[in-house]
Amino acid sequence: MRTHHVTCDDDVKLLAALASNRDAGFEPLVGAYQRRVYGLALRLSASPQDAEEIAQDTFVRAYRALAGYGNDQIRALALRAWLYRIALNVFHNRVRVRRVPTSPLELDDGDGPAFRIEDGDPRTRPEQTLIASETERELAALIAALPPHLRVALVLRHVEGLGYAEIATLLDAPVGTVKAHVHRGAKLLRASLEAHNREEAKVEALL
Amino acid sequence: MTTTNRTPRTPRTPRAPATPPDASLAEVRALLGRLRALADVDAPAALLSAVLGELGLDAADRYFSLRTPVGQIFVAFNDRGLSAVMRGESAADFERAAHALLGRAVHPATEPPARLVAALERSLRGEGKPVLRFDLRGLSEFEQAVLLKALEIPRGEVRPYAWIAREIGRPRAVRAVGTALAHNPIPIFIPCHRVVLSDGTLGRYSMGGDQIKRAILAAEGAAPDVLEELARAGIRYYGSDTTHIFCFPTCGHAHRISAAHIQHFASEAEARAAGYRPCNVCRPALGA
Repeated sequence: MRTHHVTCDDDVKLLAALASNRDAGFEPLVGAYQRRVYGLALRLSASPQDAEEIAQDTFVRAYRALAGYGNDQIRALALRAWLYRIALNVFHNRVRVRRVPTSPLELDDGDGPAFRIEDGDPRTRPEQTLIASETERELAALIAALPPHLRVALVLRHVEGLGYAEIATLLDAPVGTVKAHVHRGAKLLRASLEAHNREEAKVEALL
Repeated sequence: MTTTNRTPRTPRTPRAPATPPDASLAEVRALLGRLRALADVDAPAALLSAVLGELGLDAADRYFSLRTPVGQIFVAFNDRGLSAVMRGESAADFERAAHALLGRAVHPATEPPARLVAALERSLRGEGKPVLRFDLRGLSEFEQAVLLKALEIPRGEVRPYAWIAREIGRPRAVRAVGTALAHNPIPIFIPCHRVVLSDGTLGRYSMGGDQIKRAILAAEGAAPDVLEELARAGIRYYGSDTTHIFCFPTCGHAHRISAAHIQHFASEAEARAAGYRPCNVCRPALGA
């Protein structure tokens, strides 16, 4: 697994550049964090298109927020948490507006695949990784079918690897609530994964 | 029906279910591993430019072509200023060359911006004050200093490479000055053609060869024939025997010396020995 961790040193540099010039400093910030913000959005929405819109919206809002910050305020920003918080707000607003979240999980009784999973950019998916990533995308689709509040908690804890205290701060929720949501999310995910595996076994038995 | 999380040091919330005996630890670990692997995604290539575009921060380069006395040129620009200028007939060739030069794509302008075109044409005719802005990002500080210094050379005049080197405080970097000028991304409008060899000969020109340099200098009134004549005669400076000041031959002050009072010098040492001081405008003393 590749690691593209943005270190604290990098953050200090990014923030110093931002403080000295909001416009010139913004492009490097997007460059450094687009992967993480997009990744979070993709896990929450399971649709590359939605994820791209969420990520774009996140950075646009971040830029507008910067206009109201003083230089010292900017230098003191915890970049990841700040951007994640904005991304989560964007995500929640979209969920609220849509009311009925479109689940990418759909059983098909025809000859097609049992799952309609929205495809990533085909240019970045060579043939051999397509098969290998199939189970990964099934998992992503199952996560996206979880209720939003459980999905957010689960993704932040187990995909992003954030600590409970950090998640609690990010969500303005008590640590206990966060833990409960993570546990319930994981429990639901395992249940749906098992159901999915049973379905697949049934389909295979028919072949 | 299991939970996947084990946090021994924190009290369990009432609703967090206990791990049933049928859930193997390995299975839970495998799921956690798969979840972590989901974090490994790349952002779409278009995200950055979409964000910058929406915020009006993108410095997307556009280009158009322009007819000039030295043939057709292509001009790339963005909201910081001109970014690339090249002679040529093929837009496709320019797109490729500009992309290689700038490290980013340039796109045809739907319509050449009228104000910019007017400013370029005024600049070509040498009219009015210089108003053009340049996007020199991607160049080193040294290269930028060289190009900005070349911008100070007035139309119809020339200066040696060594003059640029001394003026920017790097008197020994004459060769590097030559290299920086040879890689000028915005020829004509950043007048690298006004920089010549210290012996007075015109020197090379990257944008289409030495004849183009000659033609541009001639069009600007720098009289390349006269410059070459002086170079052959070994004359580097003009002095006035009334003011006892010496200048580069193309300096505006040198032009005002009447024929009866003009003195020729082959070197700064010769001029100083004759009791002359360097002009404060063209600053010809190179300390050589």
